[in-house]
Amino acid sequence: MSVLVNKDSKIIVQGFTGSEGTFHAEQMIEYGSNVVGGVTPGKGGQTHLDRPVFNTVSDAVKETGADVTIIFVPPAFAADAIMEAADAGIKVIITITEGIPVSDMVKASDYIKGKDCRLIGPNCPGVITPGEAKVGIMPGFVFKKGTVGIVSKSGTLTYEAADQVVKEGFGITTAIGIGGDPIIGTTTKDAVELLMNDDETKAIVMIGEIGGQLEADAAKWIKENGNKKPVIGFIAGETAPAGRTMGHAGAIVGGSEDTAQAKKAILKENGVHVVDSPAEIGKKVAEVLG
Amino acid sequence: MNIHEYQGKEILGSFGVRTQRGIVAQTAEEAVKAAKELTEQTGTGWHVIKAQVHAGGRGKGGGVKLAKNLKEVEQIAGEIIGMNLVTPQTSAEGKKVHQVYVAEDVYYPGDSEPEEYYMSVLLNRATGRNMIMYSTEGGVDIETVAEETPHLIFTEEIDPATGILPFQARRIAFNLGLSGTAFKEMTKFVMSLYTAFDKSDSSLFEINPVLKTSDDKILAVDAKVTLDDNALFRHKDYAEMRDKREENPTEVEAKEVGLNYVDLDGNVGCMVNGAGLAMATMDLIKQAGGEPANFLDVGGTADAKRVEEAFRLILKDDKVEAILVNIFGGIVRCDRVAQGIVDAYKNMGDAINVPIIVRLQGTNADVAKKLIDESGLAVSSAVQFKEAADKVQSVLS
Repeated sequence: MSVLVNKDSKIIVQGFTGSEGTFHAEQMIEYGSNVVGGVTPGKGGQTHLDRPVFNTVSDAVKETGADVTIIFVPPAFAADAIMEAADAGIKVIITITEGIPVSDMVKASDYIKGKDCRLIGPNCPGVITPGEAKVGIMPGFVFKKGTVGIVSKSGTLTYEAADQVVKEGFGITTAIGIGGDPIIGTTTKDAVELLMNDDETKAIVMIGEIGGQLEADAAKWIKENGNKKPVIGFIAGETAPAGRTMGHAGAIVGGSEDTAQAKKAILKENGVHVVDSPAEIGKKVAEVLG
Repeated sequence: MNIHEYQGKEILGSFGVRTQRGIVAQTAEEAVKAAKELTEQTGTGWHVIKAQVHAGGRGKGGGVKLAKNLKEVEQIAGEIIGMNLVTPQTSAEGKKVHQVYVAEDVYYPGDSEPEEYYMSVLLNRATGRNMIMYSTEGGVDIETVAEETPHLIFTEEIDPATGILPFQARRIAFNLGLSGTAFKEMTKFVMSLYTAFDKSDSSLFEINPVLKTSDDKILAVDAKVTLDDNALFRHKDYAEMRDKREENPTEVEAKEVGLNYVDLDGNVGCMVNGAGLAMATMDLIKQAGGEPANFLDVGGTADAKRVEEAFRLILKDDKVEAILVNIFGGIVRCDRVAQGIVDAYKNMGDAINVPIIVRLQGTNADVAKKLIDESGLAVSSAVQFKEAADKVQSVLS
């Protein structure tokens, strides 16, 4: 088992023929992900990376049976791409694009609410189920198969955590990069819930950062649901000043409740194994899993 | 992106939101001219002189003053322009004031007492929808209201599919205790305010106070407007409102070369790929006994040119005693980054006068370490995160 993506996922790439889309689609194919085609409006009928290009997502779904999409469309058009995927019946919409206007995401996130789909991101590294499917921009080799699930707002910090976990002799079931924007589709709590319900996952690494309430909400949910699996938590940004955006659009301390310190306290209260040092994520996993 | 009060009011006005009228002035003479012009338009001889800086709490620092005649306009404007304004939101050194806003006095006597309210429009991150937050307690610090009398703060969430609806504007006006002309004016104000927020792609409007004048007009006396950087591509006219004088010069420079940099007060500079890892690296610096001097995300392409630019930015800060480079090589190979560091170091020669600790992890990390170790440069390398922290600690002690 695994969550969100696996070897049977039929993946399309939106923004397929662009430079980002091309580069990462190649990497995904090389990894072994089942990329069945892509979408670039106006280039339907062409072949790219030995796969068919479609004008619309609904054409792609009709022809290939795609159920997962990864979006590399530029920021100005990305929210539209998300809504198009949802409309076409795609089940898992993974949006890598960084810099989408917030007002566009307000509309897109509202649009997809009633639809049978799940949005991951935007502004995220994607999702990887090691050995089965990489639907993202992460370096695949870092992620070895195993029993630890990862949920993270950050890209490179996810790779760092996975690397530490693997070096301690463990591996990853699925790593979910949920993204660092103020509005994201799948929250920390949603991702943790998926991994809690996954039989193969024995422990969860939850990496958050300053800004918003997502980690606190997840921690409360974890306790309410009986702390069924150990969760190892890290919150980045203890040294970030209030009111400044730290790279990720959503990483900004707005009040007293969304600082790293406040979030860590809430995590601890709810039974999460919090590490203060980002260098000790792997060690803590090993300690907890014995 | 933050903008000045006078620019915020221009945007509000363009969507039909009534605001206190005013004219921006760079000198005391211009302020007098502005005051004369305003008197012609408004009939009032009293003016409020307001410092235009990107910081709240200007009144508390002496940056907002009433002038009852032209002589006072000249004198007050002369005092405020050029001063270092210290407010609860600035550093202890304050912010230099380059211009003032000469505004009409709107607290004139009349049939009823003027009343102040608070109103802001912002994203509710928990629901992914915009909301209007408002209170009967205007003109004071809203954080204090939230703490002491939270029941006096109301919110109205907006459905993105419909936009603001008239009944919502009415509910706001009722909750603020208005009736008659003022009630109608308030509903108009709220409708146009939300339209302005939506159409201008703003991420924050804070109007404190919203004023009911003695003759029942509703207007924005102050306007804090923050624009969504991601949406500036479709608002070229707003993008031009950027006032670089209000920003940290190193941050301005960083932006121009495409680096994401935030200036901090510490003694250890850092250069990292990825925002999350950058914050984690800052935290690690602190745990190692230092204080981060900056946040710097070099992004995915850490080649020699970018590394050099990053080093130059970090070294502008003479408080920096050491630099920690932390790169997790994924798609970008570590040996490429290492080569970039070596080349940048050689190009810069003596400009680098502090110890550099480089931690490269991921693709080809070992090759990269070897490359650094054998370069003959005064750079110490590490592979593990913890190891890097220990090295920072040892160079600081």
